[in-house]
Amino acid sequence: MDKQFYGYRRENGRVGVRNHVIILPLDDLSNAACEAVANNVKGTLAIPHAYGRLQFGEDLELHFRTLIGAGCNPNVAAVVVIGIEPQWTDRIVQGIAQTGKPVQGFAIEKNGDFNTICAASRTAMEFLQAATEKQREQCDISELWVSTKCGESDTTSGIATNPTVGNAYDKLYEMGNTLLFGETTELTGGEHLVLARCANDQVRKDFQFFFDRYAKVVDDNKTNDLSDSQPTKGNIEGGLTTIEEKALGNIQKIGTKPPVVGCLEKAVEPTGPGLWFQDSSSAAAEQVTLCAASGFVVHFFPTGQGNIIGNPILPVIKLCSNPRTLRTMSEHFDVDVSGLVRREINLDEAGDKLLDMMMRTANGRLTAAEALGHREFIMTKLYESA
Amino acid sequence: MVPDFLVHEAADGVGVVVVEGLEANQEITGWVMKEDQTITVKILDAIPIGHKVALQDFAEGDTVIKYNTDIGKVVAPIKKGEHLHVHNVKTKRW
Repeated sequence: MDKQFYGYRRENGRVGVRNHVIILPLDDLSNAACEAVANNVKGTLAIPHAYGRLQFGEDLELHFRTLIGAGCNPNVAAVVVIGIEPQWTDRIVQGIAQTGKPVQGFAIEKNGDFNTICAASRTAMEFLQAATEKQREQCDISELWVSTKCGESDTTSGIATNPTVGNAYDKLYEMGNTLLFGETTELTGGEHLVLARCANDQVRKDFQFFFDRYAKVVDDNKTNDLSDSQPTKGNIEGGLTTIEEKALGNIQKIGTKPPVVGCLEKAVEPTGPGLWFQDSSSAAAEQVTLCAASGFVVHFFPTGQGNIIGNPILPVIKLCSNPRTLRTMSEHFDVDVSGLVRREINLDEAGDKLLDMMMRTANGRLTAAEALGHREFIMTKLYESA
Repeated sequence: MVPDFLVHEAADGVGVVVVEGLEANQEITGWVMKEDQTITVKILDAIPIGHKVALQDFAEGDTVIKYNTDIGKVVAPIKKGEHLHVHNVKTKRW
């Protein structure tokens, strides 16, 4: 396999595989202006979302981390930020400016939508034209930060598709890549296996803390045994019976080799190579958005029944081994590993097939989710706003 | 040969159907992946792709093993060859 690809090297040295100029709203009120700017300046990308007003405490900090992290992601060349008022808008701008990339903020109060859209469009056009002159350059595979999450899993996920990701993770770990997994509640029943993979006592303690914290959220809010939510209706239709069975399949994604070198809060970047756990929801769009906000540039998404999620910033590579799903919704998949359940290929070959698609994606091939316009950018909300 | 069902390990009490269109009373062939063994079982129900077949008899209260690990408890008796799913197995968590 070729271990070099052509990526975009950013001002801070990180490497991206996309060259987006994003129009980022601080808050829900500013979505319309961002979408208007993106409509004026073709090739820019608005990132609408639902929140940003009257949040407080850790929930507000997570909101800022997520937006700043999305702007800092190496797949982003430049950022226009629009908010209802200038102070929080500027906080996002200052956070993104740390990377050295072009970023400018605009506030709607005292200007209105029209004047804001006009001024922001002029800046967006400058940013876009500069970004489109940026050339890809040769980079080493180890510079790719790779995250994973599975969705609408079924039993084929645990038996073939997730182990394919695990095989690829084993190989990427040996090449020195930075890797991430999460989905805290979806490790329930297999948490002992993750603990056994933690590199030292501190990491074990941190993992147990995040696991117990999320278990308490479930315990405090549940009205039943969660059998209507986790596993999901789609999981059950696909043959998964219990959360334990789902978790044991989920954990196949972390392969057999890399130790867990650290545990991260939501939307916090890792500080070195190796496999990291990040506390997160198991809802696909929430977790993938957190991966984007944590600096990851390529995502592996194995699915059984056919979760169709994408992300505006982070290319989501879909793989599947369920022959019925591949037949009925083929446009959603980048890698077909159904040969595993037919015994036509082995796991090592499946892992190489995924890595080959990772390199093609890094070189610029649009994923199925990108081509189909799946841009789910979903903020994780910890509790009610004030 | 293309297997009808896969089993993670020989210690498991269930197999996963990986082909479509299986009907009750069919004799089906499975591959035990870890030990690389071939086994057969007569299924008593039509089991959809992705769903599990019991490879042994289970009584109420028994533990179901898959991945050589506990995946839940039996809440209604299951015969070898029957469809094992949410109607007869539940989580031990939450």
